[in-house]
Amino acid sequence: MSVPIRRRRLAAIALASVAVIATASACGDDSSETSSGDGPVTLIVDVFGDQGFGYDELYKQYEAEHPNVKIQERGKGLGLGDYNTRLTQQITAGSGAGDVVALEEGTIVQFYAQSDKFVNLADHGANDLKANFLPWKWEQGTTPDGKVLGLGTDVGSMALCYRSDLFKAAGLPTDREQVATLWPTWDEFIATGQKFAAADKKHKFVDSATNFYNVVLMQIAGSGTGYTYYDKSNKLVVGENADVRTAYDLTTKMISAGLSNNLQSFSNEWNAGFKNGTFATIACPAWMTGVIKGQAGDAAAGKWDVAKAPGNGGNWGGSFLGVPKSSKHAKEAAELAKFLTSAKGQTEAFKKVGNLPSSPQALTDPAVADSVNEYFSKAPVGKIFAAGATDLKPVYLGPKNNAVRTAVENTLRAVEQGKSAGEQWQSALKNGAAAGK
Amino acid sequence: MSLDLHTAAPPGGGGDPARPARAAHRRPASLTRLDLKYSPYLYVLPFFAIFAVFSAYPIGYTIWIALTDRSPLNATISFVGLDNFVELLTEDPQFWNAVVNTFGMFLLSTVPQLLLALVLANALNRKLRAQTFFRMAIAMPIITSTAVVALIFSMLYAKEFGLVNWLLDLVGLGPIDWRANRLASWFAISTMVDWRWVGYNALIYLAAMQSISKDMYEAAALDGASRRRQFWSITIPQLRPTIIFTLIVSTIGGLQLFTEPLLFTSGSGGISGGSEGQFQTITMYLLDVMNTRFRWGYAGAVALVLFLLIALVSLVNYLLARRISSDK
Repeated sequence: MSVPIRRRRLAAIALASVAVIATASACGDDSSETSSGDGPVTLIVDVFGDQGFGYDELYKQYEAEHPNVKIQERGKGLGLGDYNTRLTQQITAGSGAGDVVALEEGTIVQFYAQSDKFVNLADHGANDLKANFLPWKWEQGTTPDGKVLGLGTDVGSMALCYRSDLFKAAGLPTDREQVATLWPTWDEFIATGQKFAAADKKHKFVDSATNFYNVVLMQIAGSGTGYTYYDKSNKLVVGENADVRTAYDLTTKMISAGLSNNLQSFSNEWNAGFKNGTFATIACPAWMTGVIKGQAGDAAAGKWDVAKAPGNGGNWGGSFLGVPKSSKHAKEAAELAKFLTSAKGQTEAFKKVGNLPSSPQALTDPAVADSVNEYFSKAPVGKIFAAGATDLKPVYLGPKNNAVRTAVENTLRAVEQGKSAGEQWQSALKNGAAAGK
Repeated sequence: MSLDLHTAAPPGGGGDPARPARAAHRRPASLTRLDLKYSPYLYVLPFFAIFAVFSAYPIGYTIWIALTDRSPLNATISFVGLDNFVELLTEDPQFWNAVVNTFGMFLLSTVPQLLLALVLANALNRKLRAQTFFRMAIAMPIITSTAVVALIFSMLYAKEFGLVNWLLDLVGLGPIDWRANRLASWFAISTMVDWRWVGYNALIYLAAMQSISKDMYEAAALDGASRRRQFWSITIPQLRPTIIFTLIVSTIGGLQLFTEPLLFTSGSGGISGGSEGQFQTITMYLLDVMNTRFRWGYAGAVALVLFLLIALVSLVNYLLARRISSDK
C-alpha cells in the first residue's frame, strides 16, 4: 500500500525539482540590479596578447584607492584573433564579456555596428577627457554618430628593430642614427638587406613577409589614401586602392630578394626565431618591443636596438578600452576604463610593456619622452616612437578588415613558399573579396 | 503490482467506518493508474530535456539561421531563403577546396588506420608475453590530448629543425615544406590522426575477436587452413558488424577533422589551413566563415551541408561494408 504513495512522492519531487531548475535558470540572469555604490564590486578586464596590457600595478593602485572594487584580468596570452572571436560572440549574446574590454584598432570598426551593445562613455563624462587623447585616436574610438565606444590606450607608431650584433658581423653600421640613414625608403631597406644577405648566409634579414607588409601598408596608406582594404564608405577596394598594390609589390620584391625568414607571424616557429636569433630586423610598431623582449628573453638583452623606420611615420595597431552594456557595474567599469587610459595609466603601461601612449600629455611626460629601453641597448624609445605619433594621420579600417587582411597575408605566405607573385596577387583579390563578403 | 497490493488491502471491519476509508482509497487508485501510465515518461524526461536543449534546439536553430543573413554586423536579420545554399554549392571555390581536402585526408587516414588496427588486433589476439602491457600500450595515444599530439607532430614536421626533415636529410632526400605542399600536409595530418586512433580501433577489434568461437579456428586448422586464410575467412567475416561500426565512427570523425589541421600551423591565420587552404577542412572553413567573416547564416548552411555529406558517406560505407563479408 505504501508503494504507490512513495512513488507518487518521488514523482512529485521529480516534478518539483524540474520546476525549480526551470525557474532558477529563468531568473538567473536578472537577479542583480544595476550597480549600487556600496557593496564590493568585482570588475573583470578583458585584454589580449602574450604580454597583456601591463596593468598589474595600476590594478593594485586602483584597488587601494577604491576599497570596494576588486579587479580581475582575463586574456593574457590570448591571440588577437581568438580574443576578438570570443568578444564578438559575447557582445552579440549580451553576456559573458568583461566589464572593461580591450578593442583593437583593426576590429573596433566592426563594433561600430553594435554600438548599442556598448555603454556610451560620453554618458560617464568621457567627453571632458577628449583633450587627453590624440585627436585621431579619439576619432577612431567614436562611432560615426558620436557615441564614445572606447577610450584609447596605445598607438602603434613605427620604428625598425634590428640586431646590432648581426649588423656588426655583416659589416653594417650599428649606431642607430647611422642605421637609420641606410634606409630612407623601403627600396633602400631592401638594398641594405641584400648587402646583409651577401655577407651573412646564416641569418635572414626580415622575420616574415606579413609583418613587413602590414607595416609598409599602414605607412603608405597613412600618407596616401587614408584607408586600406575598405574605403571610408565601407566599400571593398583591395584591387582599386593603389596603396595596397604598392605595399604588396614591395613585399614580394623583398621576398624575391631572398630576405624573408618565412616565419608565420605569431606562430611557434616565429617565437622560436626570436629565441634562436634567426633574423636581423623586424618592423616594429611600439607594441612589438614588448613582444620581442618577451620572446627573445634575457639572453638577447642588449643585442637588439631600435632605429627610425624607412619612409615616414605610420601606425599599426593600438587599442581602446570599452564597457559592454552587459556589465552590471557600468559606472564603476567606466571609471576604471578612464583611470587606465589616463595619461598616468598609459605612462605606466608604456614602462611595463612598451605600448606607446595615445595621450599627448603622456607622450610629452619625461617618463615617456626621455625614456630609454634597457633591453634595446638603451635606445631612446620614447623619442623614436613619439616623434611621429602626434602628427599621424589615421588609417581607416573597414568592418571585416581582419578577415580580408588574413586572406591577403595568406597569399604572401604562398609567395614565401615559392608561388608566383603575380598569380598570388590575383588570389589576393579573389580571396579578399570572398572574405569581405 | 501495486494494484494487487490494493485489492489485498481493504479493511476487513466492514460496516460504516469502512466506507470513508474506501472512499479515501479510491482517489489514490486513480492516481496510481495515472502514475503507472505516465511516470515512465517522467523517468526518461531528463534525457529528452537535455537532448532538446543541447541537440534539438541547436539543430533547429541552425536550420533557421541558414535561411537568414544573420551576422553580428547586421542590425537586422533578413530571411534569404536558400540563397546561402545556392552560393555555397555554386560559387564558393573555397568550400569545395575544403571538401576535397577533407575527403582526401579522410581517405588517407582512415584506410591505413583501420587496416593497421586490424593487423594490430590480430597480432594482439595471439598468445603473447606481457599481453596486458601491449594491450594497454596501444590505448595510450587515446588518452593524450589532441592538442598535445598536434603540437608535437607539428614540431616533428617543422620545415627547419624538424625531426622528419632531418631524417629525410640523413637518407639523402631534400627537406619538404610540409605546410606548403598539399599532399605533404595531408600526409602529415593523417599520421597524426592515425597515431591517435589506430589503438582505439585495434582495441575494439580485439574485443570483437575474442568473442569469436575458438572452435571455428580449430576446425579450420584441422582442415589445413593457414593463419592468413583463417584471418580472411573467419576473423574478417565475424568482425563485420564491428567493422561497420568503426567505419561509421571514423567517417564521422574524419569528416569533422578539425584540431589536427588547425594546430598544424600556429599563429595568425591558422584557421585558413595553409597559405592556399592546402589543408583547410570543412569544419575549419565553417569556423572561418563564422568567426573571421561573421557570416553566421552562411556558416549555418555550411554546417547543414556537412551534416548531409556525413550522412551520405556513412550510408555508402554501410552499403560497402555489408558486402565485405561473404554470407555465402
